[in-house]
Amino acid sequence: MAEIRAEMVANIWRVVAAEGEQVEDGATLVILESMKMEIPVLAEAPGTVTKLAVAEGDVVQEGDLIAIVE
Amino acid sequence: MFESVLVANRGEIARRVIATARRMGIRTVAVYSEADAELPYVRDADQAVPIGPPPPARSYLDTGAILAAARKTGARAIHPGYGFLSENPDFARLVTAEGLIWVGPPPSAIEQMGDKINARNLMEQAGVPVAAGTRVPVTDADEAAAQARRIGYPVMVKAAAGGGGIGMSVAAGEGELRAAFDTARSRAERFFGSPAILLERYIARARHVEIQILGLNDSRILTLGERDCSVQRRHQKVAEETPSPGVGAALRERMLQAAVRAGEAVGYRGAGTVECLVDAEADDFVFLEMNTRLQVEHPVTEMVTGIDLVEQQFLVAAGEKVSFDPEFVRYGGHACEFRVYAEDPRRFLPSPGTITEWAEPSGEGIRVDAGYQAGNQVTPFYDPLLAKLCVHGASRAEALSRARDAIASFRISGLKTNLLFHAELLDSREFASGSYDTSLVARLRP
Repeated sequence: MAEIRAEMVANIWRVVAAEGEQVEDGATLVILESMKMEIPVLAEAPGTVTKLAVAEGDVVQEGDLIAIVE
Repeated sequence: MFESVLVANRGEIARRVIATARRMGIRTVAVYSEADAELPYVRDADQAVPIGPPPPARSYLDTGAILAAARKTGARAIHPGYGFLSENPDFARLVTAEGLIWVGPPPSAIEQMGDKINARNLMEQAGVPVAAGTRVPVTDADEAAAQARRIGYPVMVKAAAGGGGIGMSVAAGEGELRAAFDTARSRAERFFGSPAILLERYIARARHVEIQILGLNDSRILTLGERDCSVQRRHQKVAEETPSPGVGAALRERMLQAAVRAGEAVGYRGAGTVECLVDAEADDFVFLEMNTRLQVEHPVTEMVTGIDLVEQQFLVAAGEKVSFDPEFVRYGGHACEFRVYAEDPRRFLPSPGTITEWAEPSGEGIRVDAGYQAGNQVTPFYDPLLAKLCVHGASRAEALSRARDAIASFRISGLKTNLLFHAELLDSREFASGSYDTSLVARLRP
């Protein structure tokens, strides 16, 4: 199980993956926006997205949970 | 001279514009979003007006809120800084329709240069060299592929209405081109409200060199030397210097003449910048785009000429003469600017946070244009520029030596900054040699 957490304060611009979806290693799960830059959040291993903890428009703090891939 | 000015911007540039206005005895009005209430520029101004919530669309891009702030405070002029509304011709027209003075070029000049395809075509007609590229907007991927075959790879794909490096990418072949085209289109719509795309031949080993111009009220276009902006990450500038170590006297003269023609072609007034790509091997250049506003890196020009560019903007906007004799501009020494960003120094990813310590360097030849101080929060809503460290010396070697000491003594805690990157840049042989190009940062960070 891999918990994917925010590396910085950011806004959630796009939620690309869906709960229950099978994803490849390196697949884009969510796109953050911070300081006029889009930052894709990637799956670090293949698996199933069992939790998506954010919605578009949310603000995440550094360390906040974004998704769980099992 | 007008009695008062509202600065429709934030951070370091608002502070910098306010400083010159105060020196000239002009009353200053700042505007701020809820995220910026504590920033130094808000305190520096004589009056400050809140204009809305943090997202730029609801504050710094809200023309209604800004004009209402001008009415409420009786401001006589509006200085837009850079970014936000500075290159929005409709806003410039609203300002003048309101009976206020717009501290910027005529709206028609902003409009003509704002569309990069139009600007390219206009420059070509004016006899300014442009790179091989598209003369009409490219609307679909098949057309883009056909145009790219005609132009020849590699090509640069970019938004016709764009700026700031957003949505720009290089394609070496058709597969990359189709992906780049889709990305550029979606970014162009989202950030600039227009999906028009432009393709241009990409010069791999190019220097990015720009010419400062100043359009006077008697229609003359002056040039104030060049700035080399080849140190870039993600097509965005990180450090700049003047004079350019890669441009010889003959090439410089041709570039200055082209910049004058560019300004004349659109009836330019006030401060503007003509950006070019220099192919150092071919000792030649092409027009890239024109920025119809004050440039972030304008301080390096001020340091070598002793001319306050914001003061000249105010004078030209007020219909007056500039403060110096255009026939006798003296260029002295060498100046560099290092952009201090709230980002990690390795991958250049944003690092918002709270500043717990802020100690600026000072000394001979050092100027710091800062937007923040200790205790301020740096939010994710705006660009990551914290401060500009500007350094002047009698020679390039002296300027770089002073820069090394200044970077080492600049202390910012509480968030990540790229100060460490600047220290490495100054230590790199390539930067020190002066013979670098826009791929320098990619080589330092493979």
